[in-house]
Amino acid sequence: MPATVGVVVFPGSNCEHDVVESVEALGGQGRLLWHGDADVGDVDAVVIPGGFAHGDYLRPGAIARFSPMMSAVTDFAASGGPVVGICNGFQVLTEAGLLPGALQKNAGLKFLCQPATIEVLVTNTALTGNATRGQKLSIPINHFEGNYTCTPDTLAELRAEDRIVFTYSDNPNGSTANIAGICNARRNVVGLMPHPERASNQLLGSDDGNVLLGSLLDAASQ
Amino acid sequence: MTDALHRELGLTDDELARIIEILGREPNHVELAMYSVMWSEHCSYKSSRIHLKRLPTEADHVLVGPGENAGVIDAGDGIAVALRIESHNHPSYIEPYQGAATGVGGIIRDIFTMGARPIAIMDPLRFGPLDDPRSRWVAEGVVSGVSGYGNSVGVPNVGGETVFDETYKGNPLVNVFCLGVLPTERLVLGQASGTGNLAILLGSTTGRDGIGGVSVLASAGFSDDEADADKRPSVQVGDPFEEKRLIEACLQLLDEGLVVGIQDLGGAGLCCAASETASRGGVGMDFDVTAVPRREEGMEPYEVMTSESQERMLAIVEPGEADRVLEICEKWEVLATVVGKVTEGGSLRIVDGLDGPVVGEVPASSLHDDAPLYDRPRAEPADLSEARADLADDALEAPPDMAAALLSLVHDASWVYSQYDHQLFLNTVVGPGSDAAVLRLKHPTTGVDTGRGLALTTDGNHRWCAVDPYVGTVMTVAESVLNLACVGARPQALVNCLNFGNPEHPEVMWQLSQAVDGMTEACEAFDLPVVGGNVSLYNESGGSNIDPTPIVGVVGLVDDLSTVPPGMSWADGDRLVMLGPPSSWLSGSKWAFDSGHRRGSLRPVDLELHIRVTNLVRALVVSGGVSAVHDISTGGLGGALVEMAIASGVGCTVARVGGHGELFSEGPSRVVAAIRPDHLPAVEAAAGDLGVPLTRLGLAHGDAIAVKGLVDVPLAAARSAWERCLPDALGAGTTIG
Amino acid sequence: MTPMTFDVQVEVQLRPGVADPQGSTIERAIPNLGFDGVSKVRVGKSIRFQVQADTEDAALNEVNQLCERFLTNPVIEDATISIQAA
Repeated sequence: MPATVGVVVFPGSNCEHDVVESVEALGGQGRLLWHGDADVGDVDAVVIPGGFAHGDYLRPGAIARFSPMMSAVTDFAASGGPVVGICNGFQVLTEAGLLPGALQKNAGLKFLCQPATIEVLVTNTALTGNATRGQKLSIPINHFEGNYTCTPDTLAELRAEDRIVFTYSDNPNGSTANIAGICNARRNVVGLMPHPERASNQLLGSDDGNVLLGSLLDAASQ
Repeated sequence: MTDALHRELGLTDDELARIIEILGREPNHVELAMYSVMWSEHCSYKSSRIHLKRLPTEADHVLVGPGENAGVIDAGDGIAVALRIESHNHPSYIEPYQGAATGVGGIIRDIFTMGARPIAIMDPLRFGPLDDPRSRWVAEGVVSGVSGYGNSVGVPNVGGETVFDETYKGNPLVNVFCLGVLPTERLVLGQASGTGNLAILLGSTTGRDGIGGVSVLASAGFSDDEADADKRPSVQVGDPFEEKRLIEACLQLLDEGLVVGIQDLGGAGLCCAASETASRGGVGMDFDVTAVPRREEGMEPYEVMTSESQERMLAIVEPGEADRVLEICEKWEVLATVVGKVTEGGSLRIVDGLDGPVVGEVPASSLHDDAPLYDRPRAEPADLSEARADLADDALEAPPDMAAALLSLVHDASWVYSQYDHQLFLNTVVGPGSDAAVLRLKHPTTGVDTGRGLALTTDGNHRWCAVDPYVGTVMTVAESVLNLACVGARPQALVNCLNFGNPEHPEVMWQLSQAVDGMTEACEAFDLPVVGGNVSLYNESGGSNIDPTPIVGVVGLVDDLSTVPPGMSWADGDRLVMLGPPSSWLSGSKWAFDSGHRRGSLRPVDLELHIRVTNLVRALVVSGGVSAVHDISTGGLGGALVEMAIASGVGCTVARVGGHGELFSEGPSRVVAAIRPDHLPAVEAAAGDLGVPLTRLGLAHGDAIAVKGLVDVPLAAARSAWERCLPDALGAGTTIG
Repeated sequence: MTPMTFDVQVEVQLRPGVADPQGSTIERAIPNLGFDGVSKVRVGKSIRFQVQADTEDAALNEVNQLCERFLTNPVIEDATISIQAA
């Protein structure tokens, strides 16, 4: 029985079909979840995909967090279900308080769409179970607001609890401590700026994202 | 009362007389306003139509040719491809960010109007020189606008061109190409039919922004600063989030078969959409101007009808489907309002309430079909023969520092394209910075991968066309076809954006006519149908016209996309050859122009040889016979070698380049190919069989770019100069000049 | 009591200590324009709206909550509220 991954769709999301395509290429099942609905249904994992949920007006993710679906996703996460936020999804998760910190404008004040090399720091999360510690992955970034920012206390906590999941090898956006992705204390909620689904096929330049999406499918099957 | 008004609205006395003849009476204000925008240069193509008729437009695979919102071709496997290119030059000079952003928005609407999901944008951009502060400000704003709108609306930007030249200092060019895919059977046209059907306005509210905007801005030159300030209110503000919801809502309406016809609102706004849908369907329409949701109070009917507020569509719907249409729009938070009803006869009646008084009435088709057609005077420049005899080859000495001259001809455009999402939809196999982009061809509704690819390129060269608009345009089309061959693609269809100066200048009309003739000759030789186009005139400032700049967008098909095309990156030890006829003439080259020599003449293109070169290149790319290939264009052979060496991280040692003429010449029909030593005999044999000249150049090796007797520059230095050009000029917070 | 209408202006700023790349970029550009002595540039946004409430205190209380829950991200942003009867 393949794991079913629910992919949340806000009106301005745009990576939802890409996530479904790459998850299905790995044998999973994708299902779109409309932001106005209040139930995730019987999915085994949830992905909040990239895009511009509500045009990123006010702040990325600021309006999305109040949607009925986000309440359902919060409950799903509280029950231990794997939840991954990619790019705009990461921004939504921080706005919703499921992950600490915030994503600010890139230090260079430019949108950046380019390959990035990230290092996997921890492997006991919903997105990195099949990766190895120290593994370098080539995965594209595509954002204007990916500069991870948090208080010194939060950073100390993330470090103490081994919750910095990915760091950039060559920091493209000014992120604190080169952070590319983090997880919650329970390790079932992961947010990252790079797009694993865009590194899902050698024809696209890299398939390094498959180890992450495969890990998510395995976590979802448990 | 219309005596002064019609001139204020840009209509001539003859045009007013014609309107009176059509109506059999004097027009009122709203009617006059509608004719003025619909008969403007921008909407009616009144100066160019007579020439555009000469372009070849037909082929078996063409489903929709010029005249609709976009051209459509059959790509096989039940997939049709819609494509179009447009300019947003004038608005982008006044307000670069919003001008470029709304240009992106407009072209995307043209594509999903045809029922297609937009999957790729390309943006050929032309700016003034980098040492001009205002040009830097325009360039930075335009790129931010394309980025801000395109990324948010969710259409990847997979390529384009960025050219800086003196000629665009007072008039930049912002052209945007868009391509979409649709299931062949879902093709919809922008036409109304069925008496009693409803016209529903979708999307944004209507304001005074952009009244007469596109038509006014694009139909007259910039005279002085004061006039520019007056035109400022005509610039619209784009809302990509509104457009994103509009795309999704419209595609769902089309998926469910709920619309009879659909039309986007571009130049001339509701007036154009209502009259075009009615006139194409051979019907009339009662249009309720009071029902239109507005964002400002006190708007007059003529303002509502001609407003160019962005992100709006007009759908023609059977009354029984209206509720479902409104329901889908509500889901996507898209405002939807019934604003009209299809009627018998051919009258477009503007009414105040559907049963209320008539405030204007014109034959719908007269706004289009009866638009004036001008055969404006054409004249070749008085000094043409003198200019053509003044060859760059004779006039210019070899540069003292050949390496510096060479490196000044090429730059890394990644400062531009790294600001654009170029990967969305997981299609991009070859992205920006290449000869042509290559996308996976997947079915738009089932998602099934055909294993084939779409190849896209945009090309334009004002230098060639300034020297000789006829041959320059032939060379432009030839380059695009060769670019497609470099990624293994067969060309299928062409769209063009003809950017020219003031059509009231006979020399400009001569340039336009020559360019159309050149395009016709090239397209006929390549069996390449022209499926759509856009003409942008009045590109001038301070009384001086831009160099003629026809830009083409060409789409091709890759039959087997199981591997990534070779690209520009060669391997250490590869043998380097040039395929195609040797060339050393310099007129029209970037080096000549940058050296201040902007005239001379071009050699005619041997189109038959060009076809053999493209066939050879395509065959080598498809069969894996070359490890790298790159066409020779801007910067000549030298420019191609520099770009390939930088892409590879491996230098080269090249001999047999006779001098700066051979290094910088941009003569057509040539590529540099890198070949594994054991493949070289087969490539030489293949070239011999096809009668394509092959010149052995040298070897890919080492950490320098060395051209014997001419250039010897460390690869690292070349890379640094190439990479730093745009970031140094544009990166660090420029200020308005 | 009849509700009154209040004009509200919320100025959203990055909290002290949070890097402000827009502010820094503007600050770096200013000397090039010939203006000396400009420092501490910070970029924020201003949000204006009207609110109905019985008293100014009630209005302020509501706007405070709105800022905390929605108009700012308290991790990186502060709000300054100005309020007056319309």
